Amino acid sequence: MNRGRSLFAGTLACAILTLGLGGAVTAQEPASIKVGYAISKTGPNAGGANITQIPNYQLWVKEVNDKGGLMLKSIGKRVKIEVIEYDDRSNSEEAVRAVERLITQDKVDLLFPPWGTGLNLAVGPVFNKYGYPQLAFSAVTDRAPELAKRWPNSFWFLGTSKQYVDALVDLLSQMRKDGKINDSIAMVSIADGFGIDLSKAAREGFEKAKFKLAYDKSYPIGTQDLSPLLGEAQRSGADTFVAFSYPPDTVALTDQAKVASFAPKVMFLGVGVGFPLYPQRFGENTEGIMSLGGWQADNKATADYRAKHKAMHNRDPDYWGSQVGYSSLQMLEQAIERVGKIDREAIIKELQTGTFDTVIGKIKLDNNMPVKAFPLIGQWQKGFYTGVAPAGPGMAAVVVPKPAWKQ
Amino acid sequence: MKPAFLLAASAIAVAILATVPLYANGYELSLAITLMNYTVLATAWTLFSGPTRYVSLATVAFFGIGAYTVAVLAERMAWPWILLIALAVGVAVALIVGLSTLRLSGVYFVIFTFGLAELIRQIVTWYEVNVTRTLGRYIFVGIDPADIYWQLLGLAVLVFAAGILIRRSRLGLALRVIGDDETVARHIGINTTIAKVALFALSAAFMTLCGAVMAPRWTYIDPAIAFSPVVSFQVLIMALLGGVHRLYGPLFGVVPLVLLFEFLLARFPNHFSILVGLAFMLIVYAIPQGIVGFVERILRRRGDAA
Repeated sequence: MNRGRSLFAGTLACAILTLGLGGAVTAQEPASIKVGYAISKTGPNAGGANITQIPNYQLWVKEVNDKGGLMLKSIGKRVKIEVIEYDDRSNSEEAVRAVERLITQDKVDLLFPPWGTGLNLAVGPVFNKYGYPQLAFSAVTDRAPELAKRWPNSFWFLGTSKQYVDALVDLLSQMRKDGKINDSIAMVSIADGFGIDLSKAAREGFEKAKFKLAYDKSYPIGTQDLSPLLGEAQRSGADTFVAFSYPPDTVALTDQAKVASFAPKVMFLGVGVGFPLYPQRFGENTEGIMSLGGWQADNKATADYRAKHKAMHNRDPDYWGSQVGYSSLQMLEQAIERVGKIDREAIIKELQTGTFDTVIGKIKLDNNMPVKAFPLIGQWQKGFYTGVAPAGPGMAAVVVPKPAWKQ
Repeated sequence: MKPAFLLAASAIAVAILATVPLYANGYELSLAITLMNYTVLATAWTLFSGPTRYVSLATVAFFGIGAYTVAVLAERMAWPWILLIALAVGVAVALIVGLSTLRLSGVYFVIFTFGLAELIRQIVTWYEVNVTRTLGRYIFVGIDPADIYWQLLGLAVLVFAAGILIRRSRLGLALRVIGDDETVARHIGINTTIAKVALFALSAAFMTLCGAVMAPRWTYIDPAIAFSPVVSFQVLIMALLGGVHRLYGPLFGVVPLVLLFEFLLARFPNHFSILVGLAFMLIVYAIPQGIVGFVERILRRRGDAA
């Protein structure tokens, strides 16, 4: 018995010791700035985290360290960044604990946010309790304005679903006014947070703008055969087809619409249209397809960003969240250098009130959210995913109707 | 050891555990919450599955019901009422499910319970999509981690107390007979259905309350978060590692596994799944009766030798 128990106790003691050692080192003058993040490396969120978020973190850290680190005025020299990363396994409880661990055990100076709406909300109270800035750029929530008030340290770069729907409705209203489309719309949406939020906002928006919803259906996650939905949408006589879909179904919808030669005048699909794999898979057939996000074609800064991203990761960034995420990191960098030391309260204050130079242009936040800082609706035009709404400088004219499929 | 001594020792242990939030930092408290959460779940699991030997993967079905009830009712009524309603819903579902499925046995029961969590998740999703048209609910209640920890500790005390009382009752004896041979149990006049369903519902009640208590930690809940099948598997493996033929067995699985997961996540974030898989294989091959069974066997062997 003694052997069994002492073996067990020994193992336990070892585990606890190793766990505790992480937080032991402290120094007077910072040898490095510790940046920590817990992100989904496994589980259902891993795909999104890997496309939009992790490559940006790696790129930004490399760039800052290549410069010699972040310039801290208070000590008059550059200090390199050291990264500590954990896997939250796409699980809220793991994410909360990992962030607590980063703060209290690893004593990180700064935190990067996790991926997705659910996890950003889960860790929100912890970021807030310890006063770390939370620059969320993969969360779309209608409660963003309220959250920014509740947690003044939290920043919601992608904004609310209403914002996107408003831009889409304005765009469609203009097309109808120009006589390019009729006033009926067919809409399908995935039965998950994103699809439900956006379709709900869209339903209200379309009704207000006096559009007729000729077809409105939701489908469960993992649906592979979407051709019945496409058939119904086609028969509904609507000129506009709107799908609030996730990447796998976005690809399936495109594939199956092509097979059925269903080419509505306006084809708007959900997440995935801006992913690098989309043009790889559909080539010229992407022409005219619309979705969320979008880039400005004549912006040299984003083109440079894309080149750097490609050089480091050997693939393109995504055309919605990536550039916004990278910009948020640039803002963080500028805020730290202006403050000149790791004073999180002052950094948050600077983020709330300052104006920043980023790859998507000058950004000044309003209630912790950017205003008209990046395109909300984009369209594939001649092999480039260009921003078309909301109306303003740098937006391309929208192309209607979408050309027929090249089989 | 005398019962009075054991009782006093347990009371002292609980009192010591209750002071943890007073000096633990945020992370240590988080870890303590995770330990307590899995202690309640794995012990509640053992309450039913230990004596009856029915392997259930429905843990997260009830855990999720508790969490989701909180998400629906948060900000609408006082906390104790929310807990009571969650409890009622959990027990009601357990009774319906128990009555209709405890006739199944062996692998059929395992598969059914696994499907149950998915079924409930799909029903909730369908309802939210088609009726309320919101998926993903926000929980803003003023419950801090220390409160969650104390509630979990209370639940843990209750689950152990319930387990001890049952073991000493006629119900406990009946269940042990069922576990050994259900046909014999029926022949000697035990109403096996009532015994099994009652215990299934009791075990489910603790799981539901555990989910309800944990929910305020996450701020945001959708069906995928509430009904994540990983929870069921972790509870199962923790209970099996500790040993299910003793009520305190799972404790010896929960503590090392939670610490092991934590260690692997921190040191090898990119290889976590592979290492956990290896650890599970090691457990199944090296200590099939769990840690408690392993220790008891060594004890017996020493006794024989002496």
